[in-house]
Amino acid sequence: MTAARQSWQVYIRGLRVLRRQPAYLGMTLVQPIIWLLLFGALFKAVTRIPGFHGSYIDFLTPGVVIMLAVFSAGWTGMGFVEDINGGVMDRMLTTPVWRGALNTGTVAYGSFMVAVQTVVIVILALVLGADFKGGVGGVVLMIVIAAMLGAVFASLSNAVAVLARQRETVIGAVTFVQLPLTFLSAALMQGSLLPSWIRSVAKFNPVDWAVVAARSAAMQKINWGVVASRIGLLAALLLVAAALTARAFAGYQRSL
Amino acid sequence: MEPSIRASELRKTYPPDVTAVDGVSLSVAPGTIFGVLGPNGAGKSTTVRMLCTLTRPDSGRAWITGIDVLEDPASVRRAIGVVGQKHGFDPEATGRENLVLQGEFYGIAGHELKQRAAGSLERFGLADAADRPAKTYSGGMQRRLDVAMGLLHDPQVLFLDEPTTGLDPEARVDMWHEIERLAADERMTVLITTHYMDEADRLASRLAIIDRGQIVVEGTPEQLKSELEGDAIQIELEGVENGSARGALDRVPGLSDIELDGRTLRARALDGGAAIPAVLSALESHGTRATSVTLARPSLDDVYLRHAGRVFRTVDAQAAEASA
Repeated sequence: MTAARQSWQVYIRGLRVLRRQPAYLGMTLVQPIIWLLLFGALFKAVTRIPGFHGSYIDFLTPGVVIMLAVFSAGWTGMGFVEDINGGVMDRMLTTPVWRGALNTGTVAYGSFMVAVQTVVIVILALVLGADFKGGVGGVVLMIVIAAMLGAVFASLSNAVAVLARQRETVIGAVTFVQLPLTFLSAALMQGSLLPSWIRSVAKFNPVDWAVVAARSAAMQKINWGVVASRIGLLAALLLVAAALTARAFAGYQRSL
Repeated sequence: MEPSIRASELRKTYPPDVTAVDGVSLSVAPGTIFGVLGPNGAGKSTTVRMLCTLTRPDSGRAWITGIDVLEDPASVRRAIGVVGQKHGFDPEATGRENLVLQGEFYGIAGHELKQRAAGSLERFGLADAADRPAKTYSGGMQRRLDVAMGLLHDPQVLFLDEPTTGLDPEARVDMWHEIERLAADERMTVLITTHYMDEADRLASRLAIIDRGQIVVEGTPEQLKSELEGDAIQIELEGVENGSARGALDRVPGLSDIELDGRTLRARALDGGAAIPAVLSALESHGTRATSVTLARPSLDDVYLRHAGRVFRTVDAQAAEASA
């Protein structure tokens, strides 16, 4: 009970920044719009590749949703870096707060941002004529999937932050994984058109799990087998990420 | 009566091989202000961090109100308030929001928390600024917010790590009044670290001077000062001396603790005023001219000099240089 309350308070703290900094809020909302339009223009030609089937916007929407989840949640750890260097972390650690609340609250905030951005993309995609064959249920599932993947990256970002304690290292680590993980998936290219080695690697890539699941949920009649199995994998990965972050955090405390 | 703070042989070494604290033991009686005085890098902050459960000592033990810091850190955290060297508040949040978050971390909630936060803002003169982001506060206000957060849950023991560093003189004096009031009116035990001699002298009922990770002397400020008999004489010489001027002073009767540090010569004398003519004539016959002479009653600076064998300001300057 206390754990939930304290996590909630940490989450609220994140939301406050959003409210106080309209420029940040604006960028958060405009970013998905630019991405969908930009990638839409850039990769339009993929529809002409033999073997590509379906509508282009239908194909791209889940890809951009998941790509954005990776990119925006990956920065969650920057908050910890600021707290550590500013003295806020020390102050929090001298209180009896449940240590897990610091990770849970910030990860929840990261996931929430992903969900908000996903909704923006869905609205824009509808305007552009996307056909969400999975219906409202499918779209909700896609939001859940994006938020789960966002939670995984938010938690790992926190882990890197407490180990590195420096902005530069977090930026390096985040940018190091973002693009390769995105391109080693079916986010921007139909799975059957990927080179076979990428297809093999993608099987182990959580970004690909999320993209496949999001497409199977939102853009076609919901394929429950695919969606449930990928959500299961993401849930398991989230537990692993949370455990890793808890260990990193314990290591950070020991190093003080 | 059980001491509020007790430490026994605390040690902490940071990798690769920096001994920050090297066997610190201390005991602080309830309701008193205990000062820990020392230059930057002496081990003050690391000692405080071990006492307030942030840092795990390599060896040694500590108890806060009788609770073992290592065995039951959660209970210790409920008993203590901590104001660190750096600011502990969230700069983006308002004063009130910071206090509310702090309260939630102690399990205080609802109406009780609202009232406490409001009372605390009132008491620390932050009521008018309560709903402004803390980053817009002046330095003094920010420090008061730090203290308000440390006190929100009514701790029995308060740790203040260099609470007045960076404050303007007026804000410093305000902070001193508040600290004195806490110990006097609320019977709170306060451990304060500082590198200001005047601050330690004014606030602490007992103090320990710490240098290179060890307590070099401990007592009341009066005890420490009265251990030093006589006055301090400080003479600025015209040129840098090779040490022979020191030898000339050795023959002056009633002079003790002669130290030569570059162009500055320091000594103690039971009656400083009477000793100065003899000192000057001894220097003159040695062929050294003095450019200025200062005479001072014993101060904590002298206590520090006596026990740590170095001049406080020099050490601080070196530490500042090393960290720059």
